[in-house]
Amino acid sequence: MTPPHANPAQPPIVLRAAEVWKSYDDGAITVLKGVDFEAIEGQTVALCGPSGCGKSTLLHLLGGLDEPDRGRVSVNSVELNRHRSRLHLLRYEIGFVFQLHNLIPDLTLEENCLIPTVAAGISRASAQSRLQELTDRTGLTHRLHHRIQKLSGGERQRTALCRSLMNHPRILLADEPTGSLDEATSSTVFDLLLDIAATEGVTLVMATHDRALAARCDRLVEMHDGRIREPHPL
Amino acid sequence: MIFFKLILTNLLRHRIRSLISIAGIAFSVAAMLTIVTILQGAVGMFSGILSSDSQIIVFERNVSDLFFSNVPASALAEISTWSSVQHADPVLFGVVTSADHPIITCFGITANDARLRKATWLEGSRDNFARSPNDVVLGQRAAEFLSAHLDSTVAIGHGSFHVAGIIQTANGFEDGGVFMPLAAAQDFFHKPGASSVITIKLTDKKFADDFKQRVKEKFPDLIALEDAEFNRSYSQFKILKATAWTVGGCGLILGGLGVANTMIMSVFTRIREIAILRVNGFSNLQIATMIFGESALVSVFGALTGLILGAALLYILKLIPALHGYVDVTVQPLVILVVIVLAFLTGVAGALYPAIYAMRIRAVEALRFE
Repeated sequence: MTPPHANPAQPPIVLRAAEVWKSYDDGAITVLKGVDFEAIEGQTVALCGPSGCGKSTLLHLLGGLDEPDRGRVSVNSVELNRHRSRLHLLRYEIGFVFQLHNLIPDLTLEENCLIPTVAAGISRASAQSRLQELTDRTGLTHRLHHRIQKLSGGERQRTALCRSLMNHPRILLADEPTGSLDEATSSTVFDLLLDIAATEGVTLVMATHDRALAARCDRLVEMHDGRIREPHPL
Repeated sequence: MIFFKLILTNLLRHRIRSLISIAGIAFSVAAMLTIVTILQGAVGMFSGILSSDSQIIVFERNVSDLFFSNVPASALAEISTWSSVQHADPVLFGVVTSADHPIITCFGITANDARLRKATWLEGSRDNFARSPNDVVLGQRAAEFLSAHLDSTVAIGHGSFHVAGIIQTANGFEDGGVFMPLAAAQDFFHKPGASSVITIKLTDKKFADDFKQRVKEKFPDLIALEDAEFNRSYSQFKILKATAWTVGGCGLILGGLGVANTMIMSVFTRIREIAILRVNGFSNLQIATMIFGESALVSVFGALTGLILGAALLYILKLIPALHGYVDVTVQPLVILVVIVLAFLTGVAGALYPAIYAMRIRAVEALRFE
């Protein structure tokens, strides 16, 4: 059913934060101060702003990793506090990529990528097929059985990207995904992100400091002191 | 497979810590197995003494120890005449000392006693038993530690006795014991006309209930129990078994604390990793299963190592001449099963708090500090 306020010509809104507040240390630090944010299906959105402005916090709230003090967050038109299961969200609807790759060092590239499929109980055959597809696209096929320690920074981040997409999520939240990479590698990983987002129809919301990369997204959202200043909303 | 590798990976990542935990469980299991097996063996041998060619034991009601039981000769005389009784053998237990051995068990028995009938006579013969009140027959091990041989004289307690025979029995207590004619034993232990127990063999086991009831009616101060009943109810056996399991259990608890320590460290050192698993869709149950899986592996490896260690220890004990035949070190399958289950449960219990802690890890808090 189409929400009453939706424009039939516009792709549906898949992520929405409405008047969201978030603070830490029992209210001593207010990170988000009434943030309103929306992202439509298939859109790539760059969240820019200085450190501590609330980019990561907003991503965590949008991904269901944290809960707002006030306000509402909805994913695919379902409010997160009403979402039947945050587990379902993390398993099938949302993928995360972080600044640090956050891979398990003792496992191989293949094993790291298969973790989300193990969590979701996906069959080994389906998982392997998806892994093959993603590693082909990211140029990691020859590294499948290598341990994470043996991979370069760029390869690790590409591995993290593969892992986040294993269960075909429709939304990808990336928190400074190129922040720990050199310029050339950063550009390669970002190209991959955009390419995969485009071909798989994934909605990408990415926090970044890199203005040049941000400019290549469909939208650039500025954050400052816990608030959003968007020059050209939606 | 990957789930199992996640479990195994962490154990391999901290090999020394894992090995220490496995060793803790292994030593606990070995200690438990050894103590329980030795004491159960001892209990088994003592009950074997009582059930030698008999089905029922008659002894004084409400005594805590059979050494303090007094069964009057009149009871023996009457019970022997009952038609359901094939034979009734009185046994008087006593404890004496010799120069180098503070405890030697003495058995005051008759020449017809099954112990003498079934034993292998290494020296002398059963025909010579009780010819003289001063005669004793020694078990093989008793003869060894008393340096006695046929027709030699041995000092036992406050008396000197003529060795009329040396027998070999399968029972360690009997093999280390001294067999005296009943009358001589009654005199020696100042229990004229009494025995500690009467062991009964019935003409048919179906008469057991009638027999017990009849003893209860005729001799209110005595009690008749079938062998299995006696083994279950004799307080000394209960105390021994309880002691064995308690001591072994304490060892296992210590091993469990080691596992708990390892698992707590395991969780604390990879909070971030657990957070990442959460972000990738791991449920509380999957996180807990991973932690319990680790502890279960430690427990299983520990239990297996402990069983091998315990079996080796029992084998070594069996080889010690002083203990030869004295302690039955046959490990009962039930004991192995109980030890493994206890080790497993201890390991799982040790992982309880770490698993709860791991389930409470909030991914966002662990990831905020990149």
